[in-house]
Amino acid sequence: MTTATVSRWDRFRESFFWYSFKRDKVAIVSFVVLLLMVLAAVFAPLLAPTDPYDLAQINIMNSELPPVGLDGADPAFPLGTDAQGRDLLSTILYGTRVSLMIGFGAVLLQAALGILFGLLAGYLGGRVDSILMRIADVQLSFSTLMVAIIVGAVFKASFGNLMFGEIAIYMLIFIIGVAEWPQIARTVRASVLAEKKKEYVDAAKVMGFGTPRIMFRHILPNTLSPIFVIATVQIANAIISEAALSFLGLGMPETQPSLGSLIKSGFDYIQSGSWWITLIPGLVLVVLVLVINLLGDWLRDVMNPRLYKG
Amino acid sequence: MLAFLVQRISQALLVMFVISVIAFAIQDGLGDPLQEMVGMSVSEEEREAIREELGLNDPMVVQYLRFAGNALQGDLGNSYFYSKPTLEVIAEHLPATLELVIGASLIIVFLSVPIGVYSAIRPEAWLSKFFMGVSTVGISIPVFLTAIVLIQLFSIGVTVDWFPADTGWGQWLNEALSTEGGLPSYGRGDELTHLFGTWESGFFTSGGLMHLILPSISLASIMLPLFIRLIRAEMMEVLQSDYIRYARAKGLSAGRINFLHALKNTMLPVITVGGVQIGIMVAYTILTETVFQWPGVGLMFLEAITRSDIPLIVSYLMVVGLIFVVTNTLVDLIYGLVNPTVKLTGKKA
Repeated sequence: MTTATVSRWDRFRESFFWYSFKRDKVAIVSFVVLLLMVLAAVFAPLLAPTDPYDLAQINIMNSELPPVGLDGADPAFPLGTDAQGRDLLSTILYGTRVSLMIGFGAVLLQAALGILFGLLAGYLGGRVDSILMRIADVQLSFSTLMVAIIVGAVFKASFGNLMFGEIAIYMLIFIIGVAEWPQIARTVRASVLAEKKKEYVDAAKVMGFGTPRIMFRHILPNTLSPIFVIATVQIANAIISEAALSFLGLGMPETQPSLGSLIKSGFDYIQSGSWWITLIPGLVLVVLVLVINLLGDWLRDVMNPRLYKG
Repeated sequence: MLAFLVQRISQALLVMFVISVIAFAIQDGLGDPLQEMVGMSVSEEEREAIREELGLNDPMVVQYLRFAGNALQGDLGNSYFYSKPTLEVIAEHLPATLELVIGASLIIVFLSVPIGVYSAIRPEAWLSKFFMGVSTVGISIPVFLTAIVLIQLFSIGVTVDWFPADTGWGQWLNEALSTEGGLPSYGRGDELTHLFGTWESGFFTSGGLMHLILPSISLASIMLPLFIRLIRAEMMEVLQSDYIRYARAKGLSAGRINFLHALKNTMLPVITVGGVQIGIMVAYTILTETVFQWPGVGLMFLEAITRSDIPLIVSYLMVVGLIFVVTNTLVDLIYGLVNPTVKLTGKKA
């Protein structure tokens, strides 16, 4: 018994997924870079030389020091410091953490909404379908960023600056999740439409299973691969949206910065020559988004869900 | 066709109705007009009297109907900050945004068509691969970051001294990698030509055009990769079709086939998608205008948020909503006109 069973790991190593991953250099590099960034973000409190949230560790005398390699740099601050004297490396590590948290959180929320509405629209059809998809169409035609900006503006105006700053992480997850659900709902609906004609669904109906059970236990597992692909790309989109909202001042406050609010706070000092405060977090943001997009492209090619449209 | 027309227009009206309800809810939920009008010293009875007089005690439906009625007559209230009708404020800021969008659109059209067509005709050429690579990276760069990099390079300027200056090649590399800077990165400048109404144009003076360069490139940068990929994909599909093969068999020249026969059918879906993208561009103008302090409606909207200027926020929503709904409806109608196979249920293929 013990020798004959194929372990999960062996099965994974035999799979087409692993085979095509091994042969794609771009995918490997992207994955490694993403993994390093996620690990650095998760272990930010251990890796960061200073704690940017702790006011006692900040000395305003250290403000606007350039990165190592330029005149006037201090080796204690490898990437220089920002205008408040915070170590840029530490703030970037913590900022990546915030950006990733919001990215994943927002995609979880939009996946929950999108899967629910997509399944309902696709499986029930009729009026439910036309109403849900009309809402999705209208919301998409307004562009998700616009919806997010408006919702963010309304929240900010109704909560006030201070209150909004305290709950900004949850607000941003909510705003971006709600603004982007149509993307996933459309994908899910399209695959449900294809799946529900298949025989196994008829079989499940004949066996007398209820509609919710057929939707979630039978159809949903068969629509997971397109969801997986689009969710990957959506993480990148959510991180960009978060950065844009923070840059506009509708996102994370400067005391608890994400990559977007770091770029924003650095932008005020770019005219005085301190380019690193804004451009180094910017570079980190671009690399993060780029590797996620490249992995998404690769996943799409491997899983080949014909329904995905960028 | 008539059924399609009626269906589209009634849908547009429905969307506009929903937008107005949302706008009304924001105005009602966030703004207390009384607080703006009277000071702290006014007694509660007087407040109640003014409330009654303004109709703030009426049922919601009555208040909404009054709001919608006023909106239809072009009255969306007065801005708290500018102390004049909000639509007047928006009309003053709109030309700046329109010129930015026009500038960006020109860049997009003149770059995306040749690049897209080229990389469709020669998908294996290294230049095509280079363009595709750049557009993948381009999609990953947020518009405000492009803007900041452009400011650093062409407004502030970069001096490179990494290479030894005493050798000829070192000096050459240093000079080649340094940028001059000097392009304006703030506002629209003061050389504006008055056209008509509230339209002050920057298109007719060198100063105005200089101010347009960086903001237009930034705004174009976000759409350019999308359009290049779209044109390439559509063109490659068209090039596979039967009539192109017949044209080749007939012995027509490659230029004639590519640019006369293929391009015509490529542009149809591109134009409809492009129309929808205008809406998305409005969202990005907010970001671009913030970076460049461009005095358009996007910056005005953001300032209205920081100032809690509720009537102006609400009016912006209504105006932008109207622009979106009108462009989307027009795009749908044009698409229905030029492509009669479009299903009358209104679901685009």
